[in-house]
Amino acid sequence: MGPIMDLTIFGFLVQDGLTTGAVYILLAVSLVMVFTVTRIVLVPQGEFVAFATLTLAGLERGDAPGLAWLLVAAGVLAFVMDLSAARRRGSRRGIAAAAVLFLAVPAVLAAVALYGIGASTPLAAKIAVTCAMVVALGPILYRVAFQPMAAASPLYLLIAAIALHFVLVGAGLYLFGPEGVRTSPLLDGSTEVLSMPVSVQTLLILAASLGLNLALFAFFGFTLQGKALRATAVNRRGAELVGVSADYAGQLTFALAAAIGALSGVLIGPVTTIYYDSGFLLGLKGFVGAIIGGLAAYPAAAVGALLVGLLEAFSSFWASAYKEVIVFTLIVPVLLWRSLAHVAVEEDHD
Amino acid sequence: MVEVVLARTEALRVCYGRVAALHDVSVTIREGQIVTVVGANGAGKTTLLCALMGLLPHTGRIEFPQWPTAALTVGERIRAGVCLVPETRDLFGTMPVEDNLRLGGFSRRRDKAYSASRTLEEVYTLFPRLKERRRQSANTLSGGERQMLALGRALMAKPKLLMLDEPSLGLAPLVTKEIIAAIAGLRDRNVSILLIEQNARAALAVADYAYVMETGTVTLEGPADAVARDQRVVESYLGARRREDPAVAPAPQDRPAAEERTATTSSIGDRRFAAPVRQGRAGQGSVA
Repeated sequence: MGPIMDLTIFGFLVQDGLTTGAVYILLAVSLVMVFTVTRIVLVPQGEFVAFATLTLAGLERGDAPGLAWLLVAAGVLAFVMDLSAARRRGSRRGIAAAAVLFLAVPAVLAAVALYGIGASTPLAAKIAVTCAMVVALGPILYRVAFQPMAAASPLYLLIAAIALHFVLVGAGLYLFGPEGVRTSPLLDGSTEVLSMPVSVQTLLILAASLGLNLALFAFFGFTLQGKALRATAVNRRGAELVGVSADYAGQLTFALAAAIGALSGVLIGPVTTIYYDSGFLLGLKGFVGAIIGGLAAYPAAAVGALLVGLLEAFSSFWASAYKEVIVFTLIVPVLLWRSLAHVAVEEDHD
Repeated sequence: MVEVVLARTEALRVCYGRVAALHDVSVTIREGQIVTVVGANGAGKTTLLCALMGLLPHTGRIEFPQWPTAALTVGERIRAGVCLVPETRDLFGTMPVEDNLRLGGFSRRRDKAYSASRTLEEVYTLFPRLKERRRQSANTLSGGERQMLALGRALMAKPKLLMLDEPSLGLAPLVTKEIIAAIAGLRDRNVSILLIEQNARAALAVADYAYVMETGTVTLEGPADAVARDQRVVESYLGARRREDPAVAPAPQDRPAAEERTATTSSIGDRRFAAPVRQGRAGQGSVA
């Protein structure tokens, strides 16, 4: 048998599992959101996380952030695509908005990141710039990679998502280098919960995850924009006919997904070493959680993601060499159960 | 009276693959009118509406003389005031009735003169049943209520030209009457209507102008009462001669076809526009 478990170790493992689980919840919720609205399995979800951590670490070290160049280049590409689409249509409508979203915003953010950040800049400002850049990248990536083929079947969209993932990982290696990074903790110190030492960073991650989930709940439940996204998920053509275009829904969803990824990256940076390609594994664990909810149900996806976090913590204690294997093996029984329990899911919609 | 043209097509042609669903269709919709298009299943009526809404690629011209930009995209048409209620309704089934209606006003959200709550009250006045059910999800509504919701959702966008695809499809005769009456009332509120109906008798009774379509082309047009008296129309669509039992609902020979169509669209769901093609070809056979 492996090492001996006692109550202290158990407590630490639960704490560890909840911390990573809280981040997996965010990723799982984002994957469900993107899939239901756009039918895209967002394989590059983890890249948003990794890019945020790596950019923040770079800003802390005082390096010029490579993400700024990626953002500007992708933004120019997106704008050129909009421009040529407008020429085909024979109208200039929408070009001004595209110029702001794809040219002005990335340019301003890149300028701030490259020249506005010094050694004395407070951490909060660095975090804000990092998150803003990643969020701005979301709609741009949708415009470039998915909008031209938005009507395609989910399988084609999945293949495009995988391709985008490889492009982004490659860009990440070029822009950030192969070294792993950790960012400095947002809050130092530790406190006691149930006579167990708990780091404040852990509590912060839990609170932030809970807060973000509540914010998303409020957005989808109470705002017209949130309802428009849900409407797109329920009936794509109906949404189109009330003026919620697939382009609008897709870009808004990707901005949200990027925001969730960026915040996850900021949260996880101080507790996990992140490499340019760490995002994939993080996203995949969120995906395992999302699969438990059938890629369609939020609460189930959240519970699943929390389970993944706990399972990972405990398997890294008992069989650390197999911890990924154990987590991903979870997919098989879950898919079996879902395929037996939900035969007619597709026909239920309408 | 000066007649204002809201929408016009010229030599409109739409193909699904190599099958032409519409060829050389020219129709005009004038302000303040109810214009109806009657014809058998597969004559191309739904295709005509989808093309007018900008949902299908086409050749030939589609013009909106009042709103030149409306010819560009679906979104521009909605903003200009052109709305489509499709035969599949395309409601947001899992969402409450009131959310469905509020989303109907989505295209007007940046419009300062637009008040969503005032428009919502207008829709509730028109369809009090929807107000009773406003917290229920759209899935739980009856067929007639679903059609009211689809109409109400379109009215939330304050349309100038409303295009209705088979609003009476699958409804009981009494409910059909109610819906048709509501549509006639809309004309008095300055909403012009393009109405497509299986129930030719009801449509011609309420319309000002009518087109008859067969196998993708317009074969007859004129003021609705004149069209309703036309010998060919009486024989083919109003069914006066061959009717076996005059006591049943109008145009009984259309009934099985209508039901068959419901089955097809519901199983295919909202994702495809391919449905009209297959129906089109089958329908052409049965007309000829």
